[in-house]
Amino acid sequence: MLAHLVRRLLINAAVFLLISVGVFLLVRAAPGDPVLMMVNPEHLASGGPAFVAAKRAELGLDQPVLVRYGIWLREALSGDLGYSFVSRRPVAEVLGERMGPTVLLMSTALAIGLALAVAAGTLAATRRNTAIDYATTVAGLGTISVPSFFLGIAAIYLFSLKLGWVPSSGMSTPGDGGGADILAHLVLPSAILGLSIAGPFTRYVRAGLLAELGADYVRTAEAKGAGPGRVLTRHALRNALVPLITVVMIYIPQLLAGAVALEQVFAWPGMGQLAVSSIGQLDHPVVIGFAMFVAVLVLVCNLAADLLNAVADPRIGLS
Amino acid sequence: MTGAVASPAARRFLRNRMAPAGAVFLAAVGVLALAAPLVAGHDPNAVDLTAFREPPSAAHLLGTDSSGRDVFARLVHAGRVSLLVGLLSSLAAVALGTLLGALAGMFGGPLDAVVMRAADVVLSFPSLVVIVVLAGVLGPSAAMLVLVFAACNWPTACRVVRGLTLSLREREYVQAARAFGAGRLTVIGRHVLPAVLPQVAVVGTLLVAQMILLEAVLSFLGLGVRPPRASWGNMLTDAQNLTLIQTMPWLWLPPGLAIALTVLAVNFVGDGLRDAVDPKGARG
Amino acid sequence: MTPLLVVDDLAVEFPMEGGVLRAVDGVSLEVGQGEILGVVGESGSGKSVTAMSVLGLVRPPGRVVRGSVRFDGEDLLALPARRLRRIRGRRIAMIFQDPMTALNPVVPVGAQIAEAIRLHQPRLGRAAVRARVLELLASVGIADPADRYGRHPHEYSGGMRQRALIAMALANEPDLLIADEPTTALDVTLQSQVLGLLDTARRETGAAAVLITHDLGVIAELADRVAVMYAGRVVEHGEVHQIFTTPRHPYTRGLLSSRPGLASATGELVPIPGSPPDLLAPPPGCAFEPRCALGAGRAACRTKRPEPVAAAGGHLSACHFPGEPA
Repeated sequence: MLAHLVRRLLINAAVFLLISVGVFLLVRAAPGDPVLMMVNPEHLASGGPAFVAAKRAELGLDQPVLVRYGIWLREALSGDLGYSFVSRRPVAEVLGERMGPTVLLMSTALAIGLALAVAAGTLAATRRNTAIDYATTVAGLGTISVPSFFLGIAAIYLFSLKLGWVPSSGMSTPGDGGGADILAHLVLPSAILGLSIAGPFTRYVRAGLLAELGADYVRTAEAKGAGPGRVLTRHALRNALVPLITVVMIYIPQLLAGAVALEQVFAWPGMGQLAVSSIGQLDHPVVIGFAMFVAVLVLVCNLAADLLNAVADPRIGLS
Repeated sequence: MTGAVASPAARRFLRNRMAPAGAVFLAAVGVLALAAPLVAGHDPNAVDLTAFREPPSAAHLLGTDSSGRDVFARLVHAGRVSLLVGLLSSLAAVALGTLLGALAGMFGGPLDAVVMRAADVVLSFPSLVVIVVLAGVLGPSAAMLVLVFAACNWPTACRVVRGLTLSLREREYVQAARAFGAGRLTVIGRHVLPAVLPQVAVVGTLLVAQMILLEAVLSFLGLGVRPPRASWGNMLTDAQNLTLIQTMPWLWLPPGLAIALTVLAVNFVGDGLRDAVDPKGARG
Repeated sequence: MTPLLVVDDLAVEFPMEGGVLRAVDGVSLEVGQGEILGVVGESGSGKSVTAMSVLGLVRPPGRVVRGSVRFDGEDLLALPARRLRRIRGRRIAMIFQDPMTALNPVVPVGAQIAEAIRLHQPRLGRAAVRARVLELLASVGIADPADRYGRHPHEYSGGMRQRALIAMALANEPDLLIADEPTTALDVTLQSQVLGLLDTARRETGAAAVLITHDLGVIAELADRVAVMYAGRVVEHGEVHQIFTTPRHPYTRGLLSSRPGLASATGELVPIPGSPPDLLAPPPGCAFEPRCALGAGRAACRTKRPEPVAAAGGHLSACHFPGEPA
C-alpha cells in the first residue's frame, strides 16, 4: 500500500514537472517582455531602463533556457507567481482572494449533485427496468446535454427576472453580505453546477448499487432478518458509495471547469471569472497562475483519490 | 449478407426509442446546416443598424441581434460551424486514441505503460481549462479548439481500443496471421482496426456531444469561434446582460435550445449505438 | 408430533430470455424437531433455490408459483414481509456456500454478528450484545475473539469466515438451521472440522437442520433422513440407512455406485454420464429418462411423469419401476 502511494506520488511529481515545462514554454510564447511579468510594476516604473536591465540579469533572463526554467520553477514553487499587469498586485494574492467564493460554489454544487445522484441512482437501481429507471437515465442524459451556461441564463430569466425569487448575479448585495444574502446568491449557480454533475454520478451510483444488491452478503443480511431499508442503507448503498469517493475526487477539476462558465454567467467573484476577465485584459501572469493552480489541483485530487480509497475500503489496506 | 449480419445490432438500435428519434433530429439539423445559404433568407453577417434587436416578425423569423443581423440566418449558419468543429475534433481525438491504443495493445511493454499512464494523466485535466489558458495566452481560434480537444480527449478511445487489441491479439486468426509472417503493424491495419470500429464509433459519437458543448461554452466566453462568424455559443455571448436576457429572449433562447437539443440527440444516438454494439453492457 | 418444517408441492420459476425456467417443480420435504435432513443432488437440481424459498429469499424475477412452506404451523409464503423478517435469523438461520462473499467486506465481522442479534433483540444493551458476540466467536473456535471482533472479513481466512458465519447463524439460537453447501468452498482438511462444529452447535441448541450438499459422504455421516433431488424434483426421500442400503431410484443408485469408496465418507460425488435436462424445455416424461438404463425404450418413462410412491418405512421414490435392477 505504502509502496503504491509512493509510486503514485513520484508519478504525480513527474507529471507536475512536465506540466511546469509546458507552462514555462507558454510563458515564453506569451507576447510581452517577461520582465514585465515577473517584477513588481511599481519598482519597474520608478527604476528606468537601467533597473530593467539589472533585473533582467538578476532574474537570469540572459541565462540559457534550462537555467531560466529552473529559476522560474523555484519562484513558482515558493508561491511567487509574478505580478498582475492590471491590478499590479502579486498574482498569488489576486488568485487567493478569489479562491474562497469558488470553493464555496464548488462544494455546495458537489453536495447538491451528490445528493441528487444518490437519490436518483438508488431509485433507479431499486426500481430497475421500470419507468422510473428509464426516466432517470433520460434525465441524466439531459443534464449532461444542456450547457450549464445556457441553463444559467434561463434560470436568471425565470427565477430572478420573472419571478424575483433570488438575485441574478454577484455573491452578495452591497451593504448586506450576511449569510442569508450569500445563500440567496448561491442557490442558482450551485444548483445548476450540481445538476451538471448529477447525471454521470447517478450512473455510477446506479451501477454500483446494482452490483452490490446482487452480492452474496446482501442475501446474508436479508437472511439475518434485516428489512429492505436497512439492507440498502447499512449494507448495499454504503459499499456502493466507497468507489464513488474516488470518482468524486477525480471529478473535482471538471467541476472547476464548469464553475468557470457559471461564474461568468452569474458574475460570481471566483477564480473562473477572474481567469476569463484576465484573458480579456491580456493579463497573462494571472492566467498562467491560474493554470498552475489547476495543475496542482488536478494532481492533489488524484493523490487524494488514492488515499481516500485506501482509507475507505479496508480491503485495499491489504494489497 | 451485410444486412443480415448487421440486423441484430440495428434492431437493438431501433428498439431503443430515443436513439432513432435522436438520429432523425440530427439528420434534420444536418440538412438545415448544409442548406444554410438556401434556407437562411438573409446574409448572417449583414449588419442592419436600422433593424436592431427587433422581435421575431415575418421579415425576421427569430428577430435580429444587437447589430441588426438576422438571428435565424445566424442560427442555421452557426449550426455548420458547431457541427463541423464537433465532428472534426471528435474524429481527430478518436483517430489519435485508436492509433495509440492499438499500438499500446499490440506492442505492450514500456510503450503500453507510457501510453496508458499518459492517458490517465491527460484525462484528469479538464479540456475547458486547458483551452481557456492556451486561448488566453495565445489568442483563440477554431483550429486550436480542434487540436486541443483532440489532445485532451484521445484517452477514452485509446483505453477501449487497447482493451480490444489485447483480446484480439490472442485470437487464433490473428496468431495465425502472425505465424505467417505478418508484422504487428499489418495486423493492426488488417485485423485490429476493422474489429474495433464499432466501439470506436460509440466513443466518437459521445465525444461529438462533448465537443459541441465545449465549443459552445468557449465561444460563449469569447475564447472559441470569434465573431463575426456565428457559432451557437458566441450567439449567447450577448446574453450576459440582464436587460437583454429579460426583454429579448429571442436572442438567447434559440441558440441555447439548438445546442441543448443537438447535444441531447447526439447523446441519445451514442447511447443507442452503445447498446447496439455491446448488448451485455447495455443496462446493468 | 407435527414436523417443524413442511414444504409441500413447491414450484419456483425464473423467467429467462428463451422461456420460463422451472428450477423447483413440485418439491415436498419434511424436517422434524432436532432432526437433520440431508438434501443431495447435482448443481442445478434446485437444492439451493428450495432453501432460498423457505426464507422468501428468491430474488426477482424468480418467484414461487405454487406450494406452501409451513414452519411451526405458519405458512411462510403467505406471511407479510415484516413477520417473515422476524423469523429470518431468529427462528430459521441460514449458512451460505461461499464464506468469501457472504460477509460484507467493509463491515467488521463482529459488527455483522452483532447486527444479527440486535435485529431481533433490540433492547439488549451494547455491552451485552458485544459479550454475546465474543461468546459466539469463542464457541465456534475462533481464537482471541476480542481482537477478532473488530477485524474485517479480508483479515479472516476462509475457514474462519465460515466459522464466523456459523456463529452469526447461531446468534439467536434458531430452531432450524439451513446450511447450503457449507463446506464446498473450503479446503478438504477444513471441511470435516467445520461440519463437526456445525453438528456440535446444533446438538447443543437442539436445532433441526437442512444440510444441502452434493457430497454423499457428508450425508452418510450427519443426516437422519435424505432427500435426493434431480431436475427440480425430489426423486427419492427416506431414512439415511434406507437410501444407502436399499436405494429405489436409478438416479440414487447411480450416485451411490459412482462412489465405491463411500465408506471412507470423503470425496466428492462423481456425476453420472450425460447431463441434466434443459429446465427451459424439460422432457415430458421422467426427467432422468435420457440418462437412465432402466427407462430406455419404455413408453411410460418417456411420456408420463412419475409421482412419488411410498415403499416400506415411508421410503418414497418417484420412478415408474422403483427398485428394479438396471
